[in-house]
Amino acid sequence: MLWDALTLQLGYNATLVAVGATLLGVSAGVTGTFLFLRKRALVSDAISHATLPGVCLAFMVLVAFGGDGRNLIGLLIGSALSAWVGLLCMTWLTRHTRLAEDAAIGAVLSVFFGFGIVLLTVIQTLGVGRQAGLEGFLLGSTAGMLWADALIIAIGGAATLALVMIIRRPMMLVAFDPEYAAAQGVAVHRIDLAMMGLVMAVTVVGLKIVGLILIVALLIIPPVAARFWSERSDRVVLLAGLVGGMAGYLGAAISASAPNLPTGPIIVLVSFGFFAVSILLAPVRGVLAAVLRHLRFQRRVHIRQGLLAMAQDQTIYEPLTLRLLRRAGLLRADGVPTDAGRARAAKALRDEKRWEIVRADQTHEATAALYDGLRDIETVLTQDQIDEIDRQIGGPQEVRP
Amino acid sequence: MLDLVSDRGVTVEEPQPENSPLAVRGLTVSYGQKPAVFSVDMTVQLGALTAIIGPNGAGKSTLLKAALGIVKPLSGHVTVFGQALEDQRARIAYVPQRASVDWDFPTRVIDVVLMGLSRQLGLLGRIRARHMARAMDCLNRVGMRDFSDRQIGQLSGGQQQRVFLARALAQDADLYLLDEPFAGVDAATEKAIIGVLKSLKQAGKTVVVVHHDLATVTDYFDNVFLINTRKVAEGPVAQAFNAETLQATYGGRLATAQIDQISRALG
Repeated sequence: MLWDALTLQLGYNATLVAVGATLLGVSAGVTGTFLFLRKRALVSDAISHATLPGVCLAFMVLVAFGGDGRNLIGLLIGSALSAWVGLLCMTWLTRHTRLAEDAAIGAVLSVFFGFGIVLLTVIQTLGVGRQAGLEGFLLGSTAGMLWADALIIAIGGAATLALVMIIRRPMMLVAFDPEYAAAQGVAVHRIDLAMMGLVMAVTVVGLKIVGLILIVALLIIPPVAARFWSERSDRVVLLAGLVGGMAGYLGAAISASAPNLPTGPIIVLVSFGFFAVSILLAPVRGVLAAVLRHLRFQRRVHIRQGLLAMAQDQTIYEPLTLRLLRRAGLLRADGVPTDAGRARAAKALRDEKRWEIVRADQTHEATAALYDGLRDIETVLTQDQIDEIDRQIGGPQEVRP
Repeated sequence: MLDLVSDRGVTVEEPQPENSPLAVRGLTVSYGQKPAVFSVDMTVQLGALTAIIGPNGAGKSTLLKAALGIVKPLSGHVTVFGQALEDQRARIAYVPQRASVDWDFPTRVIDVVLMGLSRQLGLLGRIRARHMARAMDCLNRVGMRDFSDRQIGQLSGGQQQRVFLARALAQDADLYLLDEPFAGVDAATEKAIIGVLKSLKQAGKTVVVVHHDLATVTDYFDNVFLINTRKVAEGPVAQAFNAETLQATYGGRLATAQIDQISRALG
């Protein structure tokens, strides 16, 4: 069943939803990365909650003028307008009052959402026509998705991506160093507004599939997951798009493979799956890598300390050091250094001296930055360079046995 | 010695705002109700190394940021090379304080330097071999060529400062404004930075530095601008930088011994 879903063989509606969700995931991941790197991820939460009054008001207007209250374009335009008003309120509060951004987010989010819920209740009690399942915009509802709906999502997503591509440079510059950007003549406030406008576009486009409460997950989780895998902003952007797209696709397929699995929440859970894998397994920033790195580092510190102690004829008391030295064959069971141990100890002491010279020499700066008290000097310098340093130190000094 | 005495501090030599790379008139900036910079005039001399000096919270950085339009002044007027700031942006390179950015940002050293070319590249311009060559050349000038592929978070404070300087060099500007470039850097970095600044001066560029180390002022700079919210003095180091002006700038906050030491250094 899941295989059928993954190969898009579960029928027309499931295919539409899968394609739409994939496109949405890509544009949310890419756009969300800029928001995340600008450290304003939660702004998206306020924007998405601010769409609800717009949806309800648009419905009322459509019905009042005798139109179809379910017209998706009309509802999306309404949601965009109220999200924009919410965004302006938030920006104004942050810029012109003493409120910090988190407080402004909280205020805008709750007030707009509360107002939206009131309108929703009013619409339901009025009983005007078919209510068109407006509450479906809260968590997304893909059951009755039409070809036209999918088309709107596809066009909206593609347009957002294109705009992101155009202003990616100023957005990244502002995210990294807003003061420098301003000095270069970049209109920082306008770039920020454009960035949040793009986030708003993604939110509006995603209302049908994941709904306004969970869209924030699709904007934040893919960039956060992607950040674990790369130290380059352009790659983080691409990876976030990939993670978002895969989450959208897999989530839609999974929810189609069994009855009564809600699409939006499943998509969010799948993207969380990517996040969990990333935080655990990512090669440099992952938790597992950090633990392994720490253990390896600890082992190397103990061995190096032990070798330096041996070279200077000091007694070693630390049990872990003794165990590690013995296991490496550097120390006999009775605590006497082996020949190999003596040789390594002498070299360790000499390396300390060599490093001292390297670190004092301005021309070796890049090398000196690698100094951690552990590294073998031949891994960072050529034999010629080491010979040169040894000439400065003088002939080999005997290490007392 | 003092030709022109204005009501807002001492100005040595007649100012010539129309030729000045950076001329500030009546600049007031305030955060809330308390002015950080009050009615300051500054006329930077073309082709000189100028230090902006004053105690903590005296408005040194704010003056620089307001001159660049990064913070909005309450009042005042700024001209750059005799023209409006916006028309002259391409000729200004700014080096912000190192602490003003997040060094865990996912970017490499070379990418930061390439940011200095963003005006040249425009929105969609591709980064070509000549841009890369220019960026590498700037890294070379600050002695950071070997670090181009490093993630910026792996650098020491001094190295980060030099990367910021390389980014400014990439702009190929005529006026360089640096905010505390010597704060908390190692001796090697300090030497590298002052070397670059002096070579800029030799190439006819103008350099303005927010500076905090009084002991190095006479060695490094041609001119000083002393500020403590209001302007205290402005002019060549030999005339405007002395026990009297320092006392006026720092008030009781500067130990007399320190002033004596500087006076002796000045002869």
